[in-house]
Amino acid sequence: MASLLDHSAGGQTVGYSFSQSAAAPVKQHGFYPYTDNGGSTLGITGSDFAILAGDTRSTSGYNINSRMVPKVFKIGGDEETGEGAHIILSVVGFAADGNALKERLDSVVKMYKYQHGKPMSVSACAQRLSTILYGKRFFPYYVTAILAGLDEEGKGALYSYDPVGSYEREQCRAAGAAASLIMPFLDNQVNFKNQYIPGSGEGHALEAKKAEPLPRDHVQQLVRDAFTSAVERHIEVGDHLQMLIATRDGIEEVFHPLKKD
Amino acid sequence: MPGFDFSNFNRNSALHARGVPLPKATSTGTTIVGCVYDNGVVIAADTRATSGPIVADKNCEKLHYIAPKIWCAGAGTAADTEFTTALISSNVELHSLSTGRDPRVITCMTMLKQHLFRYQGHIGAYLVVAGVDPTGVGLYTVHAHGSTDKLPYVTMGSGSLAAMSVFESTWQPDLDKQGAITLCAEAIKAGIFNDLGSGSNVDICVIENDKPTQLMRNYEKPNERGTKERNYRFPRGTTAWLNQKIISKEDMKKYVTIETLSGDDNLAEKMEVDS
Repeated sequence: MASLLDHSAGGQTVGYSFSQSAAAPVKQHGFYPYTDNGGSTLGITGSDFAILAGDTRSTSGYNINSRMVPKVFKIGGDEETGEGAHIILSVVGFAADGNALKERLDSVVKMYKYQHGKPMSVSACAQRLSTILYGKRFFPYYVTAILAGLDEEGKGALYSYDPVGSYEREQCRAAGAAASLIMPFLDNQVNFKNQYIPGSGEGHALEAKKAEPLPRDHVQQLVRDAFTSAVERHIEVGDHLQMLIATRDGIEEVFHPLKKD
Repeated sequence: MPGFDFSNFNRNSALHARGVPLPKATSTGTTIVGCVYDNGVVIAADTRATSGPIVADKNCEKLHYIAPKIWCAGAGTAADTEFTTALISSNVELHSLSTGRDPRVITCMTMLKQHLFRYQGHIGAYLVVAGVDPTGVGLYTVHAHGSTDKLPYVTMGSGSLAAMSVFESTWQPDLDKQGAITLCAEAIKAGIFNDLGSGSNVDICVIENDKPTQLMRNYEKPNERGTKERNYRFPRGTTAWLNQKIISKEDMKKYVTIETLSGDDNLAEKMEVDS
């Protein structure tokens, strides 16, 4: 086996002082169906709203494909305007799979309404999205998705996913290229991790600051600060910030400029 | 012992063969350009340094001093451009002291290419060398493997294509000083905005006949950060702690010598930090 694969057999060029472990497998050339289009998304919920945000830059390698490719979508609304939708979805990773996933979930939510005569609940949609993702367990949609809307009690609901459908309801989540930069900021500023109430006790008795739903303008400020900061330190994030806010009155969309370098 | 130390080579090969990846070097994924004009030469660079997709330094200096009238713009591995230019700068000074003449750009370029060729591209320095000397204006590019070019306008780094598109569409043979500066700044900005490896500010260096060299650090700043919307100062006492111990200056003096400097803020160079 080794003699078949080892090109330098017989006349090894480098003499190591250690035994050669199994050589690296021979490179097979082949088709790689995925690309990484960069960008980042994040979602935060409040007592009566949910926000999903993402930058609009699409990249490949060191190139910018486009400065305006939205990553956050209204699900189950009008084809052009998105009117009538009450669920929002963000997808980041491989843009082509993101689009395919969005289209599929959109038609699923519409079919549900036609067949049952009532809009799909966010929790039902969340479970369905998980099933769709797991359905491609061995050829996954290469995306991290976040689904949001209002739950049956009218409270903000947010579900985050991995590419094969493992999901969880959370208060906040960052995904994509700058997730590792944004998520610790969210832990600290939304769930107040590592923050204690000054003077509430000594040593281990010191009381941790309890997380509570934040007001909407406060959350929007956090989202903008998270993205302007991610732009500073991650090369794949920039151009514009898109925010979709789900409230009982429907879905609002806001754009905000980001740095373009 | 002069030169590089290869004593870790065998150990690192062993680690690499067993799947331990190489450490990531800071690369100046960069746009650098140069352009000659009637009485001198201009070189320019962006100021972003990256480590993979992360911005390692938002305002680094890629314009390096070689001699008073010879400067170098560097792309590639940050440490390699830094050390290679410093080494050649040192040798060029000794050479000009020994010959009693002003150093020439072509001498510098030759020393750089011979040094880089000897290391077969393992020293990842991609340079634009420019200056004026007794023979006139000089502008060269030097690649990590040792090849060189002599041209009236040049670009290098990951943003070289973006920058070259500006030169190829707007360069003219009879540029004046301001024309060359503006053209170089535009070329760098094409890199800053269209190449993800380049970003932040424009640095420019103008080397002119019979005039001192002008280094225009942050000649343009087209990417200033806006103000944050919230204040992230924590109230005192937010961090948990289990015990405290106060060591007075008097206690410290038992172990180390302490000298108190005057309270003059300008005494030490200030570090750049975000607000």
